[in-house]
Formats: sequence, structure tokens, C-alpha cells
Amino acid sequence: MAVQKLTIAKALNDSLRKALEEDPKVLIMGEDVGKLGGVFRITDGLQKDFGEERVIDTPLAESGIVGTAIGLALRGYRPVVEIQFDGFVFPAYDQIVTQLAKMHARSLGKIKMPVVIRIPYAGGIGAVEHHSESPETLFAHVPGLKVVSPSNASDAYWMLQQAILSDDPVIFFEPKRRYWDKGEVDVEAIPDALHASRVARAGTDITLAAYGPMVKVCLEAAAAAAEEGKSVEVLDLRSMSPVDFDGIQASVEKTRRLVVVHEAPVFLGVGSEIAARITERCFYHLEAPVLRVGGYHAPYPPARLEDEYLPGLDRVLDAVDRSLAY
Amino acid sequence: MTVESTAARKPRRSGTKRPAGAASAAKPAAATAKTHDAEPQLVQLLTPEGVRVDVAENPDVAEFAPFVADITTDDLRGLYRDMVMTRRFDGEATALQRQGELGLWASLLGQEAAQIGSGRALRDDDYVFPTYREHGVAWCRGVDPTNLLGMFRGVNHGGWDPTTNNFHLYTIVIGSQTLHATGYAMGVAKDGADSAVIAYFGDGASSQGDVAEAFTFSAVYNSPVVFFCQNNQWAISEPTERQMRVPLYQRAQGFGFPGVRVDGNDVLACLAVTRWALERARRGEGPTLVEAFTYRMGAHTTSDDPTKYRRDEETAAWEAKDPILRLKAHLLATGGADEAYFAELEVESEALGKRVREVVRSMPDPDTMAIFENVYADGHALVDEERAQFAAYLASFEGGE
Ligand SMILES: Cc1ncc(C[n+]2csc(CCOP(=O)(O)OP(=O)(O)O)c2C)c(N)n1
Repeated sequence: MAVQKLTIAKALNDSLRKALEEDPKVLIMGEDVGKLGGVFRITDGLQKDFGEERVIDTPLAESGIVGTAIGLALRGYRPVVEIQFDGFVFPAYDQIVTQLAKMHARSLGKIKMPVVIRIPYAGGIGAVEHHSESPETLFAHVPGLKVVSPSNASDAYWMLQQAILSDDPVIFFEPKRRYWDKGEVDVEAIPDALHASRVARAGTDITLAAYGPMVKVCLEAAAAAAEEGKSVEVLDLRSMSPVDFDGIQASVEKTRRLVVVHEAPVFLGVGSEIAARITERCFYHLEAPVLRVGGYHAPYPPARLEDEYLPGLDRVLDAVDRSLAY
Repeated sequence: MTVESTAARKPRRSGTKRPAGAASAAKPAAATAKTHDAEPQLVQLLTPEGVRVDVAENPDVAEFAPFVADITTDDLRGLYRDMVMTRRFDGEATALQRQGELGLWASLLGQEAAQIGSGRALRDDDYVFPTYREHGVAWCRGVDPTNLLGMFRGVNHGGWDPTTNNFHLYTIVIGSQTLHATGYAMGVAKDGADSAVIAYFGDGASSQGDVAEAFTFSAVYNSPVVFFCQNNQWAISEPTERQMRVPLYQRAQGFGFPGVRVDGNDVLACLAVTRWALERARRGEGPTLVEAFTYRMGAHTTSDDPTKYRRDEETAAWEAKDPILRLKAHLLATGGADEAYFAELEVESEALGKRVREVVRSMPDPDTMAIFENVYADGHALVDEERAQFAAYLASFEGGE
């Protein structure tokens, strides 16, 4: 059957399986990805079926994981590496930023770097520190990297395929608190382009732009606002580098109001860039300044405070009200 | 004394006689041999049956035995008590996690001897850099065990002042703290003090670049630091052979300092070897790597499922080497303690369990505004602005509804 109802986790697993089947050069690498199937079981069963040469349990060393993935890519492989949690990518940050991102440019375009770095990211699962962070801006700021995040099972399935097929390095942020959300996946569909935004809910009064875990919150906010007679459009950005500014512009020209929502700190975040660009592009269309809702300029708090820290329905609706009040 | 000459005197350590099996490690062709199942050579002073090892018949332990020559029966009972209390605390925390009172728990079950032996070797002015499982070391440092639970409950990121007990905050990013320990030790040396520093980490952690860099710095600066690796055989699902091809303690050789493998389930041997290593540090002889060969009896953490990757027989084999039972056997056989003593201890450990339960259940959630506290020491305009906005936002609810 072409259309299946899958959790995001299962969609990612199926996607990896398909990639391994279709291209013998695709490799999975990371800590605990083999027998255990990863701490979130995203690689469950893959080592059993594809062997230890394709699905590789690595030593506990993130710089090593990414650095060797670069070498494997130089040799013609397409490594898909898993970083166990968001906060553990930093030992590999040097390799990602100084090497992976720049190899193509430095080689005058001769070398391709088809490396995908999967990172379960963001909060909401009650974890201890370093397990809930949203570091996407730190990657989106780096030229040479593509940065994406799916918000639903279909995108999880297709965007991961597309990321693996891409000849550029892709940082693939998986919203870990949504792993168990189910959605329909049409495995024979023609997917949207990897970097196209998608209208998740059409509306006319205001646009909410989000990606990853916050899309669901924005959809809930839009449903709540509808009960008050407000028509909210929700845009799933899907990609943080590049950003689909044309898609956002089209929506804003219709609704004339924009709120960008993400879990990452607001200061210098993806929302800041979108606010600046959309202000340039849509100055005469806007009825209100572009607002941002997100995390604070503070370390991600202990789990008992994360509900206060993370943008929830009320904070998004509050921003909607503030925008509409202009 | 140079590092080389120190290393050259020591038996059973890197830089000297080859331990059995090391010859094969030298040949790349044989490097596929599993180090994991091999019976390692260990410094052992108390057998799994609870019998003191005869030093005269085991010259290899002769160098370490003197470091516990002063240990009295009272001391042995003290070590026993530490292990029992720590295990009780750990068991209670595991139960509290199951009851939903903690978000997560990293159990030390099986590693009591490694932690208590090394922890009791320390002086008050020594400094400890733990990872996230060092509940027994914390106990030895006098950190109230309930303070360890805050971060696992999700109310803070570390519930104690590290400077009170010279016990640093738990470090979750694997391997980072080994560099902090090294830097601290460099500072100790610069100050001309004779205290020592100890860094705890796991077998998996030894793969991290940070740990290699800590070895490099400590060797180059001859820093008074002891690297105490609890090789509990597993890094979540990955066995040690996924991290290394030579016995872990031998790594020290390549960096120019000695490494020792000690029976991590033998509290006496852990005490002796750690004291020995600390003494070297104090004398200005630089770093040491101690590999405590032990076993993680439980899951990696409460969110882990070890049945996915390890065999029951392996766990059963390690049960027979239980650190607490072996000291109990010894105390009973030598008349060092009687059943009344053990019963009394049982009562005491129950009381600890009860206190832990009560404290955790009444642990308050942090104030919401704590999000904005201590972000900077000097204060920061953006934080002030966001704090004010957030306060206004919260107030709008109370007023509006
Ligand atoms: C840099 C980093 N990568 C990954 C993790 C996730 N993680 C937490 S504990 C662990 C295994 C650690 O094994 P080991 O060092 O042997 O210590 P043990 O937990 O067995 O005591 C992993 C992979 C982490 N905390 N930090």
C-alpha cells in the first residue's frame, strides 16, 4: 500500500532502510545505532538486515564520527551519521564547521560532501541537561551547510531521502518529542522540494511560521484562534538553510502579519533573520512588525521549568493578539 | 624523578613487563582478538570469595599492599558501610524513578567498590571531577545524597556547591571533565600545593578526543591528576571492544605515564591503588591512569534496555564478583563483624532510604523566574528585558482571568 500511517520514528527508520537498499554507498554511523537501534530506535533492525559494514557502531567520539564521515565521503560513500542528542554535537562542531561545510568551496567545487548529520533535537521530553537544546542557528549561520527539520511523518520520510541524495552536507534536526506522533506517508508520492515551505493550514488574518516541533503548537494555536473567529495561516518552513523567503513572502502578502515561532532562543535566531528579510521584502504589505516567539537568552532550564520556557499555545496566541492589535 | 623512570620500575603496568595477552596486541593481525572476554590481569587484594591475597605469594601486588597496611577492622567495616549505604541510596533512586519522582537515574549498581575505594583514598583538600554516576564518590566527599537527585528530578542542573566538598558538579557531556581536572591540577602545581586531583570517566569516554587531550596536557605539564576510569564494560550498548583494541590501562604508556588495572570490585585494591596514584601525584610525579575493571550490573540509565544488547550469562558471571558480598564474606570469616552488625547496618540503610524518599517527594519545583537567574555573573540587559517581559506576560494571566 502506498499510503501508510506511521510515527515519525518509523518513517525515519523506513527512510533509512530505503536509502540503504537503493544505494550501496549509503552508510549509517553513530553511537549505539547497531544492536540497540539507537537510543530512540530510529535505526532499529537496520544492522541486523544490512550488516555491521553498513550500519556501524562507532566509538564514543563525535569529532571522530563526523571526521571519519568526511573521509568516507571523500572516498565516495554517503554517510548518514547520528549524533545521539543535540547537546553532544559540539565535540564534532569543529569538524562540521571548519571542514565539512567548506570542503566543496575549497576544492573549487571538485569535491562533494554528501554527509547527513541526524540530530534528535529540542525539548519537551523532561530530560536532563544537554538533551533538549535547539542549536539550529549555529549551523544555519555557517555557509556550506544545509539545515532542515521535518515536522510530520511524511516529511520525515521524504526529507531524509532527499537529504541523503543531496551532494551537500545536511544537518537534519529531528524533533524528538514528536517521534511518536503518527501521520500519513505516501511512499509513492512526489515530495515537495527539500527547501520549500509548506502551508500546513491556510488562513487570511495572520501567518505563523514555524518548523520542527513548533509546527504542531502553531496548528493548535490556529485551531484555538479559529474559535475566536481569527483565520490563522500556518507555514511549515521545513528548512532553516536555505529559508524559503518566497513562500513566506507570498503568505505575508496575503495575511499582512507574521509571527515566527521556534524553541531556540529568539536573540539572533532563525526568526530574527526572517523578520529582517520579510521587513525588507514586504514593508508596504505589513500591518504589524514581524514578531518572534521562542526561547530566552538563558541556558535551557531544568526539566521542571521547560513548560514555562518552551513556547506553548498561550504564548503563541499572545503574539497573535499583539500582532492583530496593531 | 622522570615519568619514564617511574614507569620503568612498575610491574603489571604499561611501560614495563608485558602482561599476558599483550604480545598479541602488538601484532596487528591478532588485534581482532576480543579484549572484552579475556581475563585481565588485575591488582587484587581481596578475592571474590573474600580471602585476602597473600602478598608474599603474589609479588605483583606487593607494591600496592603497603598502601592499605594501616587498614584496621574498623576501617574495613567503614568501607563496607559506605558501600551498603551507597547501594541502598542507589536502589532507592532507581525505585523513585520508577515511581515517576525522578525523570532519569544512572545507577552505580556493581561499581560500589571502585567508587568507595577510590573515594576513601582522597584527602579533604583533593579535588574530584565526576561524571554522572559517581554517587559513591559523592558519599565519600560528604555530599548529602539527596542533593544528587535534583538534576535527575529536573529541578536543577546540579544541586550542590562544588567548593564545599571539593566535588565538582556532575558532567554529562562525555569526557569534558577530564580536561577540567587536568587544568585544575595544573593550577594546584602552580600554587605549589600538594593536593591531588581525580577525574572519573567511563570506558566509552576514553574514546573522546577530550580525554586524549587531557592525557596529553597532564603528561606534558606533569600535573598531579589521577585518571580513574571505571571500565564497566559497556558504553550504553557498546562493549569495550567498540572503543579500543588494547587493554585500557595500557593507553597511558603512549602518553608517558603509568597505567594500572585494578579489580574494580575489590574495595581494598581500589583503595590501595588510588592511594598509590595520589601519592605519586603529591610527590610531583605526574598523572596516573587507573582502570578499575568492573561491571555495570543494571541498565545504563533507567531509560535503557540492556536486554537488547547483552547476555544474561555475562551479568550472572559478574554477580559472583559482587563487591559488597566479598567484603561481607571477609568480615564474617575473620570475625571482623557479626550478624548483629549487619542487621544494624540494615536498619541504618533503611533509614537513609526513607529520608531520600521523603526529601525527594517534598522537593519543590524551582521558581519560574529561576530561568533568568545566574545567566551572567555581571547581569545582562537582554536577560533583564526578557525577564521583565516574561513577568508581565505571567501577570497578564492572573489579572485577566
Ligand atoms: C559527548 C557525548 N556523547 C554522547 C553522550 C550520550 N551518552 C551518555 S552516557 C553514554 C555512554 C557512556 O559510557 P561510558 O563512558 O563507558 O560510561 P558509563 O556510562 O558506562 O559509566 C553516552 C553515549 C553524552 N552524554 N555525551
